[in-house]
Parts: sequence; C-alpha cells; structure tokens
Amino acid sequence: MDDLTRLTAADLAQKLSASEVSSEEATRAHLERIASVDPDVHAFLHVASERAIETAKAVDARRASGETLGPLAGVPVAIKDVLCTQDMPSTSGSKILEGWVPPYDATVVRKLREAELIPLGKTNMDEFAMGSSTEHSAFGPTHNPWDLERIPGGSGGGSAAAVAAFEAPLALGSDTGGSIRQPAAVTGSVGVKPTYGGVSRYGAIALASSLDQVGPVTRSVLDAGLLHDVIGGHDPRDSTSIDHEWPSMADAARAGLRDNALKGLRVGVVKEIAGDGEGFQAGVKQRFDETVRLLTAAGAEVVEVSAPSFEYAVAAYYLILPAEASSNLARFDSVRFGMRVNPVSGPVTSERVMAATRDAGFGAEVKRRIILGTYALSAGYYDAYYGSAQKVRTLIQRDFAAAFEQADVLISPAAPTTAFKIGEKVNDPLAMYLNDITTIPANLAGVPGLALPVGLAPEDGLPVGVQLMAPAHEDARLYTVGAALEQLLEAGWGHPLLQSAPSLAQSEMFASEEGAV
Amino acid sequence: MPDISAEQVRHLADLARIDLSDDELTSLTAELAQIVDSVAKVSEVATPDVPATSHPIPMTNVFRDDAVVPGLSVEQALSGAPEREGDFFRVAPILGEEA
Repeated sequence: MDDLTRLTAADLAQKLSASEVSSEEATRAHLERIASVDPDVHAFLHVASERAIETAKAVDARRASGETLGPLAGVPVAIKDVLCTQDMPSTSGSKILEGWVPPYDATVVRKLREAELIPLGKTNMDEFAMGSSTEHSAFGPTHNPWDLERIPGGSGGGSAAAVAAFEAPLALGSDTGGSIRQPAAVTGSVGVKPTYGGVSRYGAIALASSLDQVGPVTRSVLDAGLLHDVIGGHDPRDSTSIDHEWPSMADAARAGLRDNALKGLRVGVVKEIAGDGEGFQAGVKQRFDETVRLLTAAGAEVVEVSAPSFEYAVAAYYLILPAEASSNLARFDSVRFGMRVNPVSGPVTSERVMAATRDAGFGAEVKRRIILGTYALSAGYYDAYYGSAQKVRTLIQRDFAAAFEQADVLISPAAPTTAFKIGEKVNDPLAMYLNDITTIPANLAGVPGLALPVGLAPEDGLPVGVQLMAPAHEDARLYTVGAALEQLLEAGWGHPLLQSAPSLAQSEMFASEEGAV
Repeated sequence: MPDISAEQVRHLADLARIDLSDDELTSLTAELAQIVDSVAKVSEVATPDVPATSHPIPMTNVFRDDAVVPGLSVEQALSGAPEREGDFFRVAPILGEEA
C-alpha cells in the first residue's frame, strides 16, 4: 500500500470516500509517523493516539452504515495549542497553562469534529504566539524538517513542521503578525491567514484581539481551501466575526487549476517589500523575481505598486500587539485556571500571589511584551506611542486601498530569509521582530494572505515562500491564484516541493550522521 | 534613545503584576529602551489629520438575540481552579493586613 502520510488531504479524502482505505488505517499511519519522527522534530506537545483511533473507528462505522459524510471526514488534523480543546491540554506554549484542559472547545475545533476530522494532537508554538521561531515555547523548540538544526518559523512552527514532516496532512494555525505564513515559507508548506473576522476566534487563547486570525496549514492550496471551508463562517460567539456569505474556497482553488486562470490577472508587486531592502536574502529575492516572471509568462499583468507606510508597519505592530497582549494576558491571575505560585517571603496576598505566579509562569519574551505594552498604554505615553500606532494603521489601510485600485492581488516574499539556525536570533528581540516585515501589514489592515512555496534558495537549499494578498472578503481570489501558481511551479519541478525534503527516516538519519564524520 | 530607568521598569512590572529578579530588571530596562527607540518612528507619520484605526473591519453594536443559552456548569467553571472550596474559587486574602 502507498504511504498514506504522503497523500494530500484531498487525495486521502477521495480514497476514504471510495472506501479504498479506512480512517483508522490513515490515522494509524500518521500516529506511526509521529512516533518515528517527532522525537527529532518536536512538532507536537500532546498526541491523542487512543482518542484519535476511537474517533477514526467511529467515522469508519458511520461511513459503513451508508451515512453521507463531509468532504474531509476521516482525515487526520493537528491543532495548534493556542486553540481550546476539551479533551486535550491547551497550554498556548506556556508553563502558566501547563496541563490545563479547557471546559469547552474553540468554535473551529467544534467545526472540525462536526466535519468528522480526526484530531491527532496539539502542536508546539512560541509562548502565547509571541515569536517567529518557536524557540519561545516553554516546552522546547520545534525543529525544521528540512534541517533539524534550524527553526520552523513561528509562532506556529509546530503546525507547519507537522505537515512538512508528513505527521499530519492538515493543521490549524493562528496568525497575528505572520504566525501561519512565515512558518509556511520556511518549511515549504502552505498557510493562509483569512480576512479578519472570516474565521471564529472563540476559544483561541487571545494574543492581540484586533490582529489574531485562525487559518489552515497544509501542503497544497486545495487542501487549505478544503480546511478553510470547514472552519470558516459566522460565529455569534465572536463579536468580530463577519456575517457574510463566503464562497467555497476549495471550489476557488479548483478554478485556479483550469487553463488560463491567470490570464489578465493584475498582480501588484509591492515595491517596499519586494525583497530589495536590507535584511532580504539574495536567494529569496531571486526565487521571488522568478515567480513574478512565471506569472507574467502565464498571462498575468504585473504592475509595481507602492505602499510607503509599510515602512512603519513593524513599529506600529510592536506597539499595538504588546498593548493588546498586556490587557489580554491579565486573565492569568492564578485564580480561575492555570498555575498558582506563592511568594517566597512576605505577606501572602492575592496581589502578591498573582505577581509571583506570573514571574514563574511567563517566559522572557512574554514578560518583555507585557512590560512594553504596559509602557505604551501608560499615562503620558499613550498618545505618542499607542495613538500614533493606530494612525499608522489607518495609513497602511489607505496604502492597501490604493494598491488594490491597480491590482487584483499583491505579491511579496512571505519571509525575508530562509530558516535560520536555532539560537541565532533568540537573544536579539529586534532581529527576531524583523522576520515578520512582509506579513505584518496584512494583519494591521485585516486583509487575507496566503503563503506558498516557490522553490529552494540556491545558497542554502532551503524553502522560499511567496505571499499573495487580496482585499478584505476576497479570500477566494487567493485560492484561485495560489492554486494556479502552485500548478505552474510543480509542473516545472515535476513534483511538489516537499518531496525534496529529507525523509527523516531512521536509516537515512544515521547515514547522514556517518557521512558527516 | 528614550530615557527609561530601572525604577520605571520596576513600576511597570508592579502594574502588570509580574515579580522580576534584579537580573531580569537590568536586561529588560536595556531592551525596553532599545525597542521603544525603534518603534518611536510611528510618530513621524502620525500627524493630527490622520484618524486612528482600532479595528481592521469596522463594526458597531454587535448584539445577540436575548435568548437563554446553556453556559458552563459550576463543575466545568471550577475544573481548572488552582484551589477551590465548595463551589467557590479559593484565593489568598485580598488585603495585606490580614496576612
């Protein structure tokens, strides 16, 4: 039998609905893959093996009885630990929530269950989604399947590594400033940040509420569309959820596979983040330029657009995010859930217990951002910092509006560099913050963004991704263009990019170790 | 570079209810000054004529129907409590003098 872990979710779903394979077989194959490679990759914080097999058997039984099931019924899925799951711990990568099992499911998790997907477990992340490398997880870093000494991006490095290492065909992520798209770029996978409000945030442990958005993490654009269709739509439990009739994103992706799907499409190259600036790696720029030429050759009209305020996006983001996070994280008060630590000396009051708990429970980056946010919101500084950042947000929205007058979609590199070495930037917060230079503008404006792999950088052989952006509510456009571009690229390579990744099989790892000696 | 003192960081940490060790205080003071210095550029373009945006997709007055829906049970609500007494969350005294 073919290795079931190598199939796309769409192909696996087809085999499941044709009863060529059972969900139990598919689930066991992925659990075996996790057991074999995750000791090295560390994509998962929790694996729910028994529960997954039980759920798979139940789906198989329903299919056998002739029930009509959803398009992804029986397909395994990994869930970022930022999402509440009532049958698995939900820590958001933090010691302060170690072992916490929420009393309810996030809406997106409930939707996965209702669509009969099989939750495999919870994936690793930077603590409270603060980071671009997964090194800020309280439970140790995740390793990039392309090179285990390198970072898988962040904050959703666990979800990206899980799909890139064939431990799961699908995963959920969350994207506040690039936490889905930047990990996709550095692991050669696909990730989508939907329009703000397109997917419910209910039960997603909040980082920055005006920026956070849940989205799909996959190995193909069509798979992302299929998963988006499951999790998207209005949720009365999220007051920022948009009440809008969304088209099928999977259908939009399939439309991209037709001939001439790119003909006449207006593609805007955003000058300020097109890879010429400081901090962009040469191989990233090279693959990006090649991709733009490929689009032109396929009949797209490429225009250069300017977004002068994007230069201020990272600065505005690192005021707005810490400000909102300092407020959101006040809920970790040692009273209702999570860790409680008493002060080592002095009076034991609620206030002092809270301060001792947060000292012990929060990591360095979380403390840094809470203090920064508290500063940005404090009297005397509010107007200069937080108020100004909110004005920059208006300017960035105006830049997007002007750009979308000239172009149907915008394109940029999805990250300025390929995956860097674990440890390289972890003690330099400002260097780390610049990893999201191309992804942050979309969060500030609320527009959707899709990252997909476009090749390997010549200098290091590591994946490069591009990001497509569309106006708010036009997520479907990203799937059509993304699927068309993916098809062109794969026709050139002769296979999906991830097929070039190391297999991570035991024997090969030993062989490479011997080779190094 | 903005002038941020260790004393000021200590005050912010008190407001944020985070005990900090002396080492953390020292490193955070230096990092905070550096970060604030780099983000302060937002004021260059934030002129008085530009309105502020708090939210990417503007919405006002989002209400649900005034209908009773099930909530968490007492057991569910208390399931994660570090300490409970009966149907209550148990906490340390709120006021210092009782300690």
